[in-house]
Amino acid sequence: MELTRLRRFDRARPLVLVAAAMALLTACGGTSTATTVNAAAATSVSDFGGLSQLVAAAKKEGKLNVIALPPDWANYGAIISGFTAKYGIPIQSDNPNGSSQDEVNAVQSLAGTKRAPDVLDIGIAVALANTNLFAPYKVQTWGDILPAQKEPTGLWFQDYGGYMSIGYDSSKVPTISSLQDLLGSGFRGKVALNGDPTKANAALNGVMMASLANGGSLDDISKGVDFFHQLKLKGNFVPVQATTATVKNGTTPVVFDWDYLSAAHGKDVPTWKVFVPSNAILGGYYAQAINKQAPHPAAARLWMEYLYSDEGQNLWLKGLARPVRMAAMQASGKIDATAAAALPPVNGTPVFLSDAQATQAKTYLAAHWAQAIG
Amino acid sequence: MSLSWLGVIPFLGYVALFLLLPTAIIAWSAFVGPDGATTSNFGKLTRTDIVGAFRNSVVVSAVTAVIGAMLGALLAYAVATGNPDGVFRRLVSSACGVLAQFGGVTLTFAFLATIGPASFTYNFLQQHGVDIYAGGYWIYALRGLGLVYLYFQIPLMVLVFLPALDGIRPQWREATESLGGSTWHYWRYVAGPLLAPAFLGATLLLFANAFSAYATAAALINQGGIIVPLQIANALTSEVGLHDIGFAAAQALGMIVIVTVVTALYSVLQRRTSRWLQ
Repeated sequence: MELTRLRRFDRARPLVLVAAAMALLTACGGTSTATTVNAAAATSVSDFGGLSQLVAAAKKEGKLNVIALPPDWANYGAIISGFTAKYGIPIQSDNPNGSSQDEVNAVQSLAGTKRAPDVLDIGIAVALANTNLFAPYKVQTWGDILPAQKEPTGLWFQDYGGYMSIGYDSSKVPTISSLQDLLGSGFRGKVALNGDPTKANAALNGVMMASLANGGSLDDISKGVDFFHQLKLKGNFVPVQATTATVKNGTTPVVFDWDYLSAAHGKDVPTWKVFVPSNAILGGYYAQAINKQAPHPAAARLWMEYLYSDEGQNLWLKGLARPVRMAAMQASGKIDATAAAALPPVNGTPVFLSDAQATQAKTYLAAHWAQAIG
Repeated sequence: MSLSWLGVIPFLGYVALFLLLPTAIIAWSAFVGPDGATTSNFGKLTRTDIVGAFRNSVVVSAVTAVIGAMLGALLAYAVATGNPDGVFRRLVSSACGVLAQFGGVTLTFAFLATIGPASFTYNFLQQHGVDIYAGGYWIYALRGLGLVYLYFQIPLMVLVFLPALDGIRPQWREATESLGGSTWHYWRYVAGPLLAPAFLGATLLLFANAFSAYATAAALINQGGIIVPLQIANALTSEVGLHDIGFAAAQALGMIVIVTVVTALYSVLQRRTSRWLQ
């Protein structure tokens, strides 16, 4: 009990100091308006007068709150320690295994407190549904992000992702060179999705990829549902959510999943291979956003600049995630070539689901998925 | 004025807090949509997959309740007629106490590890020419769910039915026999009618137990929402934008209605079977 009280007191004291410092700052602002920047309203680094002023403002705040960033996911462990080492700003990493919805819930329930998350890393569906919670900001490398991968004013912008793929244990099933192979007798009771597509985004994209490979389009997921219905009829579909455990023990030797997640199974199953069909390269990216009511608005913006710098992008790449500036960095030669070579090969033009197309797909799935595999 | 009603307050408070209030909240949310009051949540209940989920839920609950009740009653009878202080009775009743609560992820894990498609048993049998999954992975279908449910249904039946069997006195059988009755007469006119209300009540309990089970099914079957609790979970947690709290509440209300109907049927039956006792 004593210890708790002591800790609480310790935590309260810096708060008082911060409050005092802020009062002082505000007082100073009255005399020298030129140096005062409302960090919460800054939409680019130029609003601070340059990167060094942004760094200074962030250091003054002295802290950054992040949420739902697992240290072993997309190399976030190294990214967090890299940021702190570079700028000397400690990071409070809460609920590392939380979901996108958990992040949004935290922004709402902790609004106005010092514990609220400053920055978010969320799925696109959740980002689109909650833009009213975000502050617009454009990083210095904004131009390298394709228009389809960002909100025009900078409320959210995609960060890293990959392509829908078929991962398989080559010691248990024949080599896969097209989706039709999966209907063969060698795949009986072996093909799985990463979740229920009416519930999990990765699974929805798996069905969409199957649709693209079977003559469907981004506007028409029905061919994918038909394909899984065929798999079901042949007895090839396993209604089990693929996880590291099911891949390891052999329950799901063939899995539709994002290539960067699937490639990681190679650690447990040396014969694991990842195949991205050239006629159905479906991309999926996560997005970054800044909390409109971030308790550390400058640190939040500095974090974004760090993530979208060459350094931050290459750190993601080392975690097998494809950073959003990858194409631009390959052109400029700034990419980490070794890390890039470790990614599963992809040949062709990738396509991305728009918001309207995702809505259409989920409506179709809600009505047809259960019957198709029931 | 008598203050005897004071004693019932804790009970009423408990019922209000843990039964009436949650029901009221569910009923309320079932009529709320994104744009205020609506009845549209109930319209979605006619969706083919939802109707199918309700049918599957009722079927799997009814079948496992009836099979569980019969097998559990037989086991309980074997225990009740044995030595009241014997090892068999102690073993069975303590095992049932544990197994009746053995559900969810651990139970599913136990089944998959034992007879699942990646299990030692299955692979061993397969290598010796016996393929229990020749017709498909039935363990991930309704039949598999029923099999897993029986694992906690039978022990629960033993637990709840044993006291009723213990109430049957051997003297009644002796009396039947001394009056010239056969074993059939004893079961038809003495033990049967005495046990019927308890048996029906226990079967209803098993039905409700299976009907409301969620964790076991969620751990076993991750696709398609084949029973209602899984459909409700889908509606609550979908990250692709299909989450719909009002619809989840409407489905929950549907489950409440079904249990109410079954309970009403039960009380009618019970009144009939226990009529002669008056």
